[in-house]
Amino acid sequence: MSLSSSVGNSGTAESTAVQNGTAEVPAGRAVSRGARTARPRIRLRGSFALNELATMFGRIRNLALLGALAAIPLALGIAIKLTTNHPDGGGGFISQVSNNGLFLVFSSLTITLPVFLPLALGVVAGDSISGEAGQGTLRYLLVAPVGRNRLLAVKGGALVVFCVVASFTVAVSAFVIGLILFPIGQVTLLSGESISFGAALVKAVIITLLVAASLLGLASIGLFVSTLTDTAIAAMAVTVGVTVLSGILQTIPQLSSIQPWLFTDQWTSFADLLRDPVYTPNIVHNVLIQALYVAVFGSAAWARLSSRDVLA
Amino acid sequence: MSPESPTIETHGLSKRYRGGQLAVDGLELSVPQGAVFGFLGPNGSGKTTTIRMLMGLIGPTAGRVELFGEPIPQATNRVLPRVGALIEGPAHYPYLTGADNLARYDAADRSADPKTRNARVADALERVGLSSAAQKKAKAYSLGMKQRLGLAAALLQPRDLLVLDEPTNGLDPQGMREIRSLIKSLAADGTTVFLSSHLLDEIEQVCTHAAVMSKGRLVVQGTVGELGAGLRARLAVTTPDAAAAEMVLKTVLVAAGSASGDAQVHVEGDRVSCDADGLEPDAVCAALVGAGVRVFAFGIERPSLEDAFVALTGEGFDVAQ
Repeated sequence: MSLSSSVGNSGTAESTAVQNGTAEVPAGRAVSRGARTARPRIRLRGSFALNELATMFGRIRNLALLGALAAIPLALGIAIKLTTNHPDGGGGFISQVSNNGLFLVFSSLTITLPVFLPLALGVVAGDSISGEAGQGTLRYLLVAPVGRNRLLAVKGGALVVFCVVASFTVAVSAFVIGLILFPIGQVTLLSGESISFGAALVKAVIITLLVAASLLGLASIGLFVSTLTDTAIAAMAVTVGVTVLSGILQTIPQLSSIQPWLFTDQWTSFADLLRDPVYTPNIVHNVLIQALYVAVFGSAAWARLSSRDVLA
Repeated sequence: MSPESPTIETHGLSKRYRGGQLAVDGLELSVPQGAVFGFLGPNGSGKTTTIRMLMGLIGPTAGRVELFGEPIPQATNRVLPRVGALIEGPAHYPYLTGADNLARYDAADRSADPKTRNARVADALERVGLSSAAQKKAKAYSLGMKQRLGLAAALLQPRDLLVLDEPTNGLDPQGMREIRSLIKSLAADGTTVFLSSHLLDEIEQVCTHAAVMSKGRLVVQGTVGELGAGLRARLAVTTPDAAAAEMVLKTVLVAAGSASGDAQVHVEGDRVSCDADGLEPDAVCAALVGAGVRVFAFGIERPSLEDAFVALTGEGFDVAQ
């Protein structure tokens, strides 16, 4: 990574300056001396939040998760391209992909939202605190001292960024593959009207943001579960399991009274953006549900982490 | 009593874990400013639990902790930047390089200046001899290198207090010597060092003060000199003529004014020993030889901290006193 190499180079130069100065020279002055030779450069290391993001997106495992997400539109696009001669094949967005590549974005988000995005998020969210605890780094962050509230805020913020990045990974990958494999042009909305490609692109960006927002409830559940255990894999499994459970509860008609409260209930509501005028009630419902989950599980995570005995 | 408030002070500090086990019981610890404080105790005596409470990682069941006169855990964010710690072994992000690991810990500390971070990271790595491995992933580090990296994290900033839990764990003899001299140089700069270890000669070599824990209780604390003061030097003879030597020593003790020589002479195989107080070793040796005792070895044994430790905790103690 380029970050680490920049640390090594400038670090060595500056440490030489420290050694040449007297031992009592405060580190700050020693560095300003070193800065004459090496111009200060912008580093992604200014704060713990930026360090958390650099660590999250520098980690091979997380990059592999994003890579897998990016591969799904590719697989989907190739499958559609190869079967394009079957006019009866597939319904909804998928049937429109061969006419308009932009629909690969909507199709890919529809396919990844129930399973693959929660899976990737479950790994990252479940790992967020429990992973630190399991490898013992939590105690060193706390004695640094990071501050328990700040740690939770940074971890939560990083998860929000991950939701956005993961959703856009799918969307951008789908967009590029759609451009390559399929024709591009005016987009026919679900309500029948046609809008320009540019207007549709704006809608695609908003839809991707809605998908990212749909994941926030699950992210807060994962963060909470992560504060309960020192075993990251358990927290990951529970987080993914909760998504599966919610999906199952969704299919049981007898449970219709609780279904509006499930965080998966309005996950497909983003499609309403492809109507004219936009049908908003379900979108609003989804956003409110996600906000409710964030409030409840975020508070629970805070209550747990702020009082917890860190023994690992 | 030192005029300044102690660097570490605990009052009635107790911790009972879920399950009812009382790990620390009514601890009254006082670590004076500038001391190199050895924290001793057998495994499971509550040392690490105490350190965790000092660092605010776990909450006490009863009692309180003060660092630099400020309450823990309420003041942790204000106090802990002044404290470097190595707690129960080092811990690192295996997928980050050594330098990136330190940069992350440094970023976690709000009081650390990001502008000087790279310099301080390089400096800390230099101090523990890890500069050449700075760009290696931590998962490729050996146990000793990980221990050094943990120490480097504690040295990222100038600290007023260093809490080191078994700092020489996993190090080779050369590494142990380096750490000892590092501790001595830090102490010379005025840093208070709180050093937990089971290696007594290590404590004896670097510490000015020591405390001994046993079964969650503080058995004793004081300067290293005070701890050894309760133990007297012993005069020991190695000889095949143990019975004759015993007779001579009893005579000598009576002559020196000891009331009953019987209780004070201890025979253990070919080793005969007694309290050395008030005896003149050269005269005793001459008396032994004069009585026809074949002396293979003769000497005065100074009590080590190990003797004090064993006497205080009763662990595997041969009751020779």
